[in-house]
Amino acid sequence: MPDLLSIAILLVKIIALTFCVVLPLVPVSVYFERRFCAVIQDRVGPNRTGIPLTLLGFKKDFHFFGLIQPIADGVKLFLKEDFTPVHVRKTFYWLAPMLTVAPALITVCVIPFGSPITIFGHTEKLIIADIDIGPLFVFAVSSLSVYGITLAGWSSNSKFPFIGGVRSTAQMISYEISLGLSIIPVLLYYGDLNLGKIVQQQADNGWLLLPLWKNGHLGLPDLQTTLFWIPAFIAFIIFTISIFAETNRMPFDLPECETELVGGYHTEYSSMKFALFFMGEYAAMVIGSALIVTLFLGGWSVGFTADKWINNLHIGSFQFGGLVHLVTFLVKLIVFILFFILVRWTVPRFRYDQLMKLGWVIFFEAALINVFLAALIIAAPQLTASIITTGAVLLVAVTATVIWVARISEDKPKPLRA
Amino acid sequence: MAVVKLKRPKLNFGEKIYFGALIKGFLLTLKHAIKSILGKSIGADSLASSGLGVTMQFPEQRWDTHLPEYYRGAPALVTDEQGRERCVSCQLCEFICPPKAIRITPSEIPANDKWAKVEKRPLEFDIDMTRCIYCGMCEEVCPEQAIFLRKDYLITGRSRADMLHDKKRLYEIGGVRTGLVNKWNELK
Repeated sequence: MPDLLSIAILLVKIIALTFCVVLPLVPVSVYFERRFCAVIQDRVGPNRTGIPLTLLGFKKDFHFFGLIQPIADGVKLFLKEDFTPVHVRKTFYWLAPMLTVAPALITVCVIPFGSPITIFGHTEKLIIADIDIGPLFVFAVSSLSVYGITLAGWSSNSKFPFIGGVRSTAQMISYEISLGLSIIPVLLYYGDLNLGKIVQQQADNGWLLLPLWKNGHLGLPDLQTTLFWIPAFIAFIIFTISIFAETNRMPFDLPECETELVGGYHTEYSSMKFALFFMGEYAAMVIGSALIVTLFLGGWSVGFTADKWINNLHIGSFQFGGLVHLVTFLVKLIVFILFFILVRWTVPRFRYDQLMKLGWVIFFEAALINVFLAALIIAAPQLTASIITTGAVLLVAVTATVIWVARISEDKPKPLRA
Repeated sequence: MAVVKLKRPKLNFGEKIYFGALIKGFLLTLKHAIKSILGKSIGADSLASSGLGVTMQFPEQRWDTHLPEYYRGAPALVTDEQGRERCVSCQLCEFICPPKAIRITPSEIPANDKWAKVEKRPLEFDIDMTRCIYCGMCEEVCPEQAIFLRKDYLITGRSRADMLHDKKRLYEIGGVRTGLVNKWNELK
């Protein structure tokens, strides 16, 4: 019977966290995207799609500030005619959207949403699967979504989706390298891949990018932490930009933008399958933001030594500090999603060769050198001064060599006509 | 014709890094966003915005007070200050109307009428507002200064019959207009 109870609790966690926290974030981020980009462009955005109360007998419709708009979009996509063109390869055509959405939603398992809550004496962690290989699981599963896009482009049996699919696949594979390499410094620093433990350590000893407290006291960080901030910041930048590229989001959305390829790999898809692609893209964006927040910005931690106090909040025997942390996590997530939206509407998209060069030449080398730099800084207290200086000199030499090699192997701009 | 060889401009280090340009871009868009939310976008006051960006949100706010002098709204027939209907059913507007929205049936003014000198007036005058393109050619061509384009733009109706403005409706919309040339009056 205790097994049945634990299975039931697991099911509740899965349903609550995936379907009541992450999946609603998709229409929320669609709504924010439309409102925020409207405000950036000096206009208003959807603010009228309310509930038609006049149909129910009230005097005036209430507009709900346009929050019903994503629901209206969902209903529209649901009720549209869902047809399969004659010239597609049916199996893969039907399989592709599912392969895009499912990995994004599966990766919700390992993200720590909050600190443990206690109900009736039973402590429950707010994470569906507290496995010891957190980020690796996320990368492995989200690589499966590359299959979804490839199959979508290929099975559509049409020129533009095919090009879009190929481009998108190449782009996603290229940036997975810098994605994985860039967080090695973080994992080296914490010595652990368990995301729940990483967040707990950040709650105690300062966020990675804001290390202003330690062991319950506010204070400026010591030399090693300050020096480590540099590779941590470089890792943050590379990781964030790689997440942009992984989710096919501006400025890397060449495979799917309208001016380039009609609709890219999802041209031939109509209502519900298109909705699945759409949801998959936004869900991947939400998961990417969640990962960035977890690894670099403290996850659910409120920070500044307030976490211990929050953990002790309780009504009777129900300790609800974890729920406060959940709300904090969601706030940070939404701020990051707003940053994604800001980048989309600020930066013009990259040309395909610039994109590839960025992934393979610049980020790959930078992430590699970052790993060595971080390793040097982390190991410095245990090494003698001579080894540290040798290491630093070697690092500078290797960096210079890499930059020199990249520079001379660039193509000279050829004149247009000989 | 000389051939001009174009070279890509050489970027300096700061431009190649691109981060400076990115940060400037973010600040620009954020500035626009914050100004929009506060209602202080550039042009918000001259475009009579509703308080968010420069958009005038239509049914709650109208731009009726901002319509320029030359705005072309719905056409209407006018009566002058002497109470005479100005139209003499010469049918010039009917012939010049590009989508042929105007249909006129002319008729006679009886000999015992005060204005018998004028000889003609319209029996029926229909403007089909679903055809009217608000071009103003009827106003330009009218020799009697009888038809004018007003400033109303919200011409709606629940049936096709509603959208056909007949003579009574046209004179109702048009009203009385003063300051016109009264060429049919007696010479002093």
